[in-house]
Amino acid sequence: MTVSQPAAAAIGGGIRPIRARLTATLLVFGGVAAGACLVAPLVGSTSISLSRAFDRSVPFADNVDAQIFFLARLPRVLAGALAGAALASVGVVLQALLRNPLASPYTLGVSAGSALGAMLAISFGASVAFGPLSPVPLASLAGACAAAALVYALATKPGRPMSTSVLLLAGVTLNSFFSALILFVQYMADFTETYRTIRWLMGDLDVGGVTPLLGVLPLIAAGWAMLAPLPSSLNLLSVGTDAAATRGVDVARTQRMAFIGAALTTAGAVALAGPIGFVGIVVPHLVRLMIGVDHRVVLPASALLGAAFLVGCDLISRTILAPVEVPVGIVTAMLGGPFFLWLLVRKA
Amino acid sequence: MFLTAEHISFQYGAPPGRSRVRTGEGRAFALDDVSFTVERGSLTGLLGPNGCGKTTLLKLIAGVLRPHQGTVALEGRSVADIPRRQLAQRVAVVPQETHPAFDYTVLEMVLMGRHPHLGLLQLEGPDDLRIGGEALAATGTTHLAARPYMTLSGGEKQRVVIAGALTQQPGVLLLDEPTASLDLAFQLEIAALLSRLNRDRGVTMVLATHDLNLAAALCDALVLIRDGRVLARGATRDVLTSDMVRRLYGVEADVRFHEPSGHVTVVPVRRAP
Repeated sequence: MTVSQPAAAAIGGGIRPIRARLTATLLVFGGVAAGACLVAPLVGSTSISLSRAFDRSVPFADNVDAQIFFLARLPRVLAGALAGAALASVGVVLQALLRNPLASPYTLGVSAGSALGAMLAISFGASVAFGPLSPVPLASLAGACAAAALVYALATKPGRPMSTSVLLLAGVTLNSFFSALILFVQYMADFTETYRTIRWLMGDLDVGGVTPLLGVLPLIAAGWAMLAPLPSSLNLLSVGTDAAATRGVDVARTQRMAFIGAALTTAGAVALAGPIGFVGIVVPHLVRLMIGVDHRVVLPASALLGAAFLVGCDLISRTILAPVEVPVGIVTAMLGGPFFLWLLVRKA
Repeated sequence: MFLTAEHISFQYGAPPGRSRVRTGEGRAFALDDVSFTVERGSLTGLLGPNGCGKTTLLKLIAGVLRPHQGTVALEGRSVADIPRRQLAQRVAVVPQETHPAFDYTVLEMVLMGRHPHLGLLQLEGPDDLRIGGEALAATGTTHLAARPYMTLSGGEKQRVVIAGALTQQPGVLLLDEPTASLDLAFQLEIAALLSRLNRDRGVTMVLATHDLNLAAALCDALVLIRDGRVLARGATRDVLTSDMVRRLYGVEADVRFHEPSGHVTVVPVRRAP
């Protein structure tokens, strides 16, 4: 999950040309992410072997190892990788956009909006489905988009740059407001529905196949496509909006792209796996401590480390108390928190 | 005319495109009908008391703010019509203070100046690194390249920000109080640096300051601003008189040529009655 010291030193420094840093970053963090995705499906209640899983001489129908690897575990690992990469990359973008190291994917009010949507679907037994999306993910997606749209409308005026302080305050306030609504509906709902809602809030990567993945992939891909050209502008925005404007950044447009891209990506991740916390805060900071703060390396590195981090946390969540599964959202915070504090204290 | 401001008016909080800008009590500050010209290669000072509109004027010239009336033009073309990236290739700004949200190194801060010259997703190449290196050398900050910007002293930070602006390779450099909050030695050092860059690189500079002696030492021409209006403009030796200092600041001052420094000096004596 972490990068060894010599590797970190080779990437960091800030004095090496950006090309070399980017190449090293992609190699090291890409290797970590790929390794996590390959190893995680091998571990579980039944142990399987990688060579047998990929053994083409045995027909797939008779190859138990291949079935467990590809059908049971790989979709779950890929869901973890996708959600982890999405949440960590959005964390990076919002921390730069809001110039606030405490910003997370949920600062936009998206988590509470999606939770409200999911809970309404659970409580009222909604049965509307759309393509590969079943009712609860669909409702959480709608809630996330509605919340983000509301925050966006509050923080923008035509022809002016976005007010990032209004954005921050509106997001936080909306989160509280939606949380109150959630509590209210839970109070009115019966125990089973309340338990299902609470379980959903803890996050779950047991997606049961590749279909849910395909359902949210277009959304996350569209979000990433909007975020991918931004890192250089985010560097300047994090120095200051005037500084960015006088260096040729179209501030209003960059803020709009960052916001919409972040909202789409988060909505996709939450619809897939629930509002898993902490990945969006801890992973970007971890990356900055290791390789510096230039967003052109921090964004891809965070996406890759976020994928590895969530896959690793999910691995722990399904093995540590096996056969009981600990919800992955609990693991990310219980594991990530102390580790991050240790890193913070050691660095300072 | 290289850089011109023609009848520009601006008011904070007023919606863009408003026809009439009123000044007066209870109103946010406005610039009111400001006109002046800056010659190519000159070093022009914007002088005036705190809150007179110097910083606002610089932001209008840089295209960060749009005037509600009038135009700022660079070589005859309104800056409002020049795309932001193109404008940034020609005009760079050194703000009063720079507080990055993250701990960038000095080299990273300086190389951000290459942004307007790079395409989408294009990374700095050897040429960009060379230009950044030259800017570091010109400002005497090469030895700081790997240091985190946040750990620098005020004078070092100011020099690094100037290096970043030079990395844009601008024809025009706008500076907002470049020596405020610096001690005497750094003030002289920054003044010498600006004078050298103006002379050797032919960079046109517009400098907002309330430091009369800095303006006297550096500037060929001055624009005196009071309450958002132009009080006087012209060559430094013509404009910087004890009469003007009284009208600008309400202060009686002894203004005379000072042999050792080679320029006019202003010594404030008392508040004017």
